Amino acid sequence: MRSRGQKAAFWLAAGLAGFFSLAPFLWFVITSLKSQGSVTAIPPTLLPEGSLHFYWSAFAGYGLLGFVLNSLLVAGLTTALTISIATLAAYALARLRLRGTGLVLGLLLAVGMFPQTSLAGPVWRILQALGWLNTYQGLVLPYVTLTLPLGVWILTTFFKELPRELEGAALIDGCNRWQALWRVILPLSAPGVFTAAILVFIYAWNEFFFALLIMSDRARQTLPVGIALFQGQYTMPWGEIAAASTVATLPLVAMVLLFQKRIVSGLSAGAIKG
Amino acid sequence: MAELRLENISKSHGREKVLESLSLTVPDGGFTIILGPSGCGKSTLLRLVAGLDRQDRGRVFIGGAEVTGLAPKDRDVAMVFQSYALYPHMSVAQNLAFPLKMRGASKTQIASQVERAAGLLGLEGLLARKPRELSGGQRQRVAIGRALVREPALFLFDEPLSNLDAQLRQNMRVEMLRLHKRLAATMVYVTHDQVEAMTLGSDIAVLAQGRVQQAGPPGEIYSRPANLFVAGFMGSPAINLLPGRVELEGGGPVLSCPSAELKLPLPAAAASWGGRSITLGIRPERLSPGAGPLAGRLELIERVGPESVLHLSRGALDLRAKAPADFAAPAGQSVSLRAEPESFLFFDQQGRRLV
Repeated sequence: MRSRGQKAAFWLAAGLAGFFSLAPFLWFVITSLKSQGSVTAIPPTLLPEGSLHFYWSAFAGYGLLGFVLNSLLVAGLTTALTISIATLAAYALARLRLRGTGLVLGLLLAVGMFPQTSLAGPVWRILQALGWLNTYQGLVLPYVTLTLPLGVWILTTFFKELPRELEGAALIDGCNRWQALWRVILPLSAPGVFTAAILVFIYAWNEFFFALLIMSDRARQTLPVGIALFQGQYTMPWGEIAAASTVATLPLVAMVLLFQKRIVSGLSAGAIKG
Repeated sequence: MAELRLENISKSHGREKVLESLSLTVPDGGFTIILGPSGCGKSTLLRLVAGLDRQDRGRVFIGGAEVTGLAPKDRDVAMVFQSYALYPHMSVAQNLAFPLKMRGASKTQIASQVERAAGLLGLEGLLARKPRELSGGQRQRVAIGRALVREPALFLFDEPLSNLDAQLRQNMRVEMLRLHKRLAATMVYVTHDQVEAMTLGSDIAVLAQGRVQQAGPPGEIYSRPANLFVAGFMGSPAINLLPGRVELEGGGPVLSCPSAELKLPLPAAAASWGGRSITLGIRPERLSPGAGPLAGRLELIERVGPESVLHLSRGALDLRAKAPADFAAPAGQSVSLRAEPESFLFFDQQGRRLV
């Protein structure tokens, strides 16, 4: 039985941690619901008026919908491509009895650790040569490259945990390799696939640096860049930025809440066999 | 229904030779057990037959047709794995239907076959359940059911009973026998359990060091082992092995065994091996307390229900003998043993049995 002191300490620590991570988010949600006058009021007010003015303004005046659609397209494509390629790569790495699979995994991890700044120059030159600057594929390509190591690692771990005999059974029961992967291995790796997909999606959704570098055309910019470049004529449009940030965050929050169970089991796979 | 024929199969994992030029024939409708210690390559052999692994050399024939280069799905075999390998995301019915579905069977065909298999194995009430909601024995049945729904030419069993408790294992053994009789199918069954091998198989192939050491009916393998390995591997408690020289003394041949200060009279036929070094094998059930030429110091008595197993020592030798359940003697006492010379087995220095 835990003592009251321990319980109190636990809740205090949990409360503090929650407050620190949620406070900025709460602050811009509150700000987004204020009116123009109270945004810059000093001292700041805690309770917003509940006005949706900034949302209307962000969509109508700042082209927020375009950024949302760009982000959805880029993040969606990145996720689909990365997961497809990572699935095949991870399946091979997990199953083929080849020497050097450990080395390949190690190299992938090393590649994943390159600082982005060091890649920016070459990536920009390549895309320029391809004529892909300011195109969706121009952004999706480096995103896929950068997220593949993560996807391959997560999925390899998952595939390795599935008993080989399951595939043996599938092959004997009439599957070819593709069917065995599609009908038996993938359904059983769903938590891993979801985890990898969501992490990749979040990365592509939030990525700022490459998006800024590659998309100079306002019509192709994704949410983080789009929002960062909100410009008022005389002042920073704080209210609109807060509203747009809320809009940018909600899909992620919804997605994570929706798949919470699967992500948790995905992230903890390998810790306990199950 | 088909004969399985393996010709000169060799397989290595890296530098380790798992199977060496192995040949074996399982007759049409036969129930052949591949028996061997762990790591002898018996599961590898089964995977080669199924097409899950490829041999380095050699050919595989099923029903007279060569399947050496064919994918598993084109070999018309079914396999039951040690871990059952049921598809966890499918219900029992879906598991049973899967091989039929993959082969494009019609819905009515699938339904009737699944129903038949479920009936045969007593799975009717479990069709909607997922594998995780089943007991070990039930999972085992589903795995067997999945193998038999599509009536393959050849059944492969990879230690299918080893994860079950003793009681269930015994029941399943009887069921396997019934099933074999009913389906009259060719079955290959891998196990390291000699009791399972003796009770199930119409034939046993003893596998060790990548080779078939001996193949034949269970009785013959037990009573006429081809070599020392088979003699030692079959039978529990293990056979008594007495190394020595055949000497001719007085009227007949005797086994002279200096390490145990023993001179044991041998049947007259052994005279032809006079002067040779041999190993004499005596099954424990052929030694029992009574007046005889062999005696040992009693170490302990193992009570195994209907009988007792005596562990004795004589010089450097350990001996095992069988006695009635009520046999009693204090440890350390010398017990004289009656032997049945007609049951003696002789092996030469290379371990081959002398006839």
